[in-house]
Amino acid sequence: MIKTDIKIGWSRAEMAQKVALDIPDGSYVNLGIGIPEMVADFVPEGRELIYQTENGLLGMGPVPEEGKGDRELVNAGKKYITAIPGSAYFHHADSFTMIRGGHIDICVLGAMQVSERGDLANWSTGAKDAIPAVGGAMDLVAGVKRIFVITQHVTKHGYHKIVQECTFPLTGKEVVERIYTNLAIIDVKEEGLYVREMAPDVSFNYLQEQTGAELKQ
Amino acid sequence: MINKIINSPAEAVAEIHDGATVMIGGFGEAGSPIELIHALIDQGAKNLTVISNNTGSGHVGLAALIENKQVAKTICSFPRTANSKVFPELYNAGLIELELVPQGTLAERIRAGGAGIPAFYTPASVNTPLSIGKESRVFNDKEYVLEYGLKADFALVKAETADRYGNLLYHATARNFGPIMCTASEMAIVQSKRIVEPGQIDPETVITPGIFVQKVVEVANPLHESQLVEQNMSYP
Repeated sequence: MIKTDIKIGWSRAEMAQKVALDIPDGSYVNLGIGIPEMVADFVPEGRELIYQTENGLLGMGPVPEEGKGDRELVNAGKKYITAIPGSAYFHHADSFTMIRGGHIDICVLGAMQVSERGDLANWSTGAKDAIPAVGGAMDLVAGVKRIFVITQHVTKHGYHKIVQECTFPLTGKEVVERIYTNLAIIDVKEEGLYVREMAPDVSFNYLQEQTGAELKQ
Repeated sequence: MINKIINSPAEAVAEIHDGATVMIGGFGEAGSPIELIHALIDQGAKNLTVISNNTGSGHVGLAALIENKQVAKTICSFPRTANSKVFPELYNAGLIELELVPQGTLAERIRAGGAGIPAFYTPASVNTPLSIGKESRVFNDKEYVLEYGLKADFALVKAETADRYGNLLYHATARNFGPIMCTASEMAIVQSKRIVEPGQIDPETVITPGIFVQKVVEVANPLHESQLVEQNMSYP
């Protein structure tokens, strides 16, 4: 167990911005619950992205003004959202036709653990008293073309989240393409984990200490 | 003459029997048919299997139906939310059964059930605990698991606009499971904010064609689950 100095590295907003910068113009994007939701705040100038929320909207817009929310216009996290001009509503079977059918370009998800081969665990710790809940994560990783993970580099208690082998139950096997953390951006390749970018003041040795699998440069 | 309009939620749910399988629409509170659920609590049918995405929040609506011990089993993708207390307690006490299904698999099982497809293969859940014990097969070098279509005796669904034929329009993301649940149930019971004359819904915009709906009841001012939870209300 290694404690991280939380002052080092990118903020959640900066992490979300890093993800947004990597999303090509014209992409259809599904954002998971939590930090991924923040990605929508940083659409780079000159790009048009369409956000899908799997509960039934293509063209998710910004959060409404305080008090202006519609209880029946929510995102996958059940938070109030808006619909952009040109958006479309649909039922769940159509929503997962988009997802499983390979029509969504990128999905940004949170993670409990990611393995060096891109296995993702993000729905259950496997604890006996935990209420299992999976939502759409397994469908998303099975069907969306590119899976990006955005997560703190280690847990609140300092445990590794990027590991050789996930110990928590899997969401999907060999599905993650890129990991964005508060310390680095890491590509998952067949030959292993490659560091693409490190946050200011983060050294490779420090990053390796914070990671439960071998990193390459 | 075809007239699917029923006078009250109580009459609409009267035929739901002990042991019935009931699909209940809604994604969180969006699309949750709270008046029909409350009528089902008043009616008292027990030993129900409920197919829904969530298990409700607070002590109203779907959570209240579960709290009232009317539900023996849930087939569900996300049974815990910020304010769900009832389901976790009963589940941990071993008093309610849970069949956990990925959300897209749940949707497709319902769609398949309504479309006369008994089973299908999906890539979701392969190599995870949720595929254990399920048949699998490889197509084009990729593994898929066999999932079965779901049907129900009844569906409880919330719509925005309906006519006496049962044609439906929904509101925003309240649509979610409504259209597919109507197709997969023997008797789809719909509460609608308004009922209009046939012809007033443009046929080009109908979301659920009336053939999939058996009963429609007008609930002009439906309660809001989150408001009731904030007010710490409980039902009955």
